[in-house]
Amino acid sequence: MESLGLLAEGLAAAATPENLLYAAIGVFLGTFVGVLPGIGPAMAVALLLPVTFGLEPTQALIMFAGIYYGGMYGGSTTSILLNTPGESSSVMTAIEGNKMAKKGRAAQALATSAIGSFIAGTIGTLLVVFFAPTLAGVAVRMGAPSYFAIMVLAVVLVSAVLGASRMRGFIALFLGLAIGLVGMDLNTAQPRLSFGLPQLADRLDIVVVAVGIFALGEALWVAAHLRRRPLEVIPVGRPWMGRDDWRRSWGPWARGTALGFPFGAVPAGGAETPTFLSYVLERRLATGPAAEEFGQGAIEGVAGPEAANNASAAGTFVPLLALGLPVTATASIMLAALQSYGIQPGPQLMGEHGDLVWTLLASLLIGNALLLLLNLPLAPVWAQLLRVPRPQLYAGILFFAALGAYTVNQDPFDLGLLLAFGLLGFAMRRFGLPVLPLVLGVILGPLMETKFREALQISDGSLWGLVDEPVAVVVYVVIGLALLAPTLLRRIGRGTPAAEVVEHEQVGR
Amino acid sequence: MSTHLDGRRDAAATTEAPASAPPGGRGPTDRAQYGLAAALGVVGVVTLVDARGLNVGFADPVGPRAFPYVIGAVLVVLGVVLALATRRGDRPQAEEGEDVDLSSPADWRTVGMLVGVLVLTIATIDWLGWAISGAVLFAGSAYALGSRTVVRDVLVGIVLAVGSWYAFHVGLDIPLTPGILDGIL
Repeated sequence: MESLGLLAEGLAAAATPENLLYAAIGVFLGTFVGVLPGIGPAMAVALLLPVTFGLEPTQALIMFAGIYYGGMYGGSTTSILLNTPGESSSVMTAIEGNKMAKKGRAAQALATSAIGSFIAGTIGTLLVVFFAPTLAGVAVRMGAPSYFAIMVLAVVLVSAVLGASRMRGFIALFLGLAIGLVGMDLNTAQPRLSFGLPQLADRLDIVVVAVGIFALGEALWVAAHLRRRPLEVIPVGRPWMGRDDWRRSWGPWARGTALGFPFGAVPAGGAETPTFLSYVLERRLATGPAAEEFGQGAIEGVAGPEAANNASAAGTFVPLLALGLPVTATASIMLAALQSYGIQPGPQLMGEHGDLVWTLLASLLIGNALLLLLNLPLAPVWAQLLRVPRPQLYAGILFFAALGAYTVNQDPFDLGLLLAFGLLGFAMRRFGLPVLPLVLGVILGPLMETKFREALQISDGSLWGLVDEPVAVVVYVVIGLALLAPTLLRRIGRGTPAAEVVEHEQVGR
Repeated sequence: MSTHLDGRRDAAATTEAPASAPPGGRGPTDRAQYGLAAALGVVGVVTLVDARGLNVGFADPVGPRAFPYVIGAVLVVLGVVLALATRRGDRPQAEEGEDVDLSSPADWRTVGMLVGVLVLTIATIDWLGWAISGAVLFAGSAYALGSRTVVRDVLVGIVLAVGSWYAFHVGLDIPLTPGILDGIL
């Protein structure tokens, strides 16, 4: 229970009036940007990151936590009111949420999503408080071979198991790894893939890469395929829930939280699986009128997946803080942000910068609470944002992407890099290449190489050094199973009820 | 679970893709994908060649070459795999989105104009400064994307650019390039 005491200290450090103001600004900006169509949480966080650069680490963390939760909530608002999920994790929310909105229950859908996110985020963050130090304690004793194996596990799961096509997942991953090579070799200080350019030898700034791929790539992709008739936006009043809505929501919130957190905490990446499982579970458990409402706007189908989404987002902090391992796009940007504040996540972090970790976790709790306070009354304002004319909206995204890339070093070269990565992001969307493996490759590549070389240094070059520790061996077995499992499941699982549910939904839309 | 979710994506693509190009492995080959395969091969070879020029220290059993060798080689292999898959009729599922309409052909003119506006920004930012270049970037992009309210867009662009210049300068103490407006701002 020592953790709780430290968390209380973190709360005390975070909860000064000035810091609360930064948290409120963060939540406001995060929601503002997250609600804008075409901008998911990862892009919102990447675009707003430069805003926090001039601040002290504590204040930057607090504002950043607000941006993070605000961006996530903004994404669900868009999917409920427009039926067009910006990220794969909101797909399940959109199914029932938009049906509810069409039936005139947008206010209840937004309320159950906001309150469910708050509950799941709070419980999830408290669980991080207990699990992250424990995992870090174990991880400190882990050697380079195990560390390398766990990173291989994360990138393989993200590339091969979660995506639509393994080939495309691996193409994206290895392109990312190649981008991660650019710049000084960390051991021998020789420039790699730098073509004599000092700006490249200096290593790429992850903000420029991320903003290019997420924001500029998306803006160019949309520009090539801009929908000429605008989508229908459903008007909404102030979110509220009746007694019956509360009765029907608390169960899905609790079950969604329980499903989401473990999926976020293991390096399996993404909220797709837990949100999907939560949706299927709630549909199964629904009885009476609720069962008939499923497919036409059941509140359980919004409450469960939204809670699962936020609990899993909180869960990703466990590997991020304890191992320095990001498993989602948003967590990758977060890692870059923490590094820019001078914090290197990993097993040593808890010991060296313990105070900052507790401040961050406390900030997440504060940001989450502020989100609820700000967004319930502001929902009608956010809904108006969905009507921003598209030319100005995407021109604005371009403007802020350029601003973000330019503020890093004030070098026009960075704008050139931004354009290059924007075109890469465009090509990836054209060819159906997933973005997450690429971003993970860029961020984890250098770290993987360091651990790889450490492991082989100990074994004097023998590849057996990679399987020198029992943890590493176990992880490689898991990787093997994960690669084989989809093939096996496909063979057994044709026509399972879960598949039918989803197919049915598709027909319904 | 991923397979089920993919099934959903497949179905969505079927309803929205143009009738002439059904996804899912059949239909006319996507010739552009050969270009992607070739690009992967080129990146792989460049990575391999670049790694050959690195020095390995005495006490370093691995050195800075091993990782680029693996990455370069795998990229070349993936390029070949992709080319073969394309020949067998593999087609990509282009990404959908809130404002994306995949049923019409790609609008290259708009994309080209946006890239042009960005190149203009890169070329002029040191000279004109963020306040002017940023405003031109916003107004030019809005025009490229089909807005015809030029005066309003220019005004919004100026407010955004000058506002962000002051916000970064005063609020965050990050001085953005003033350019020819040095001393005026």
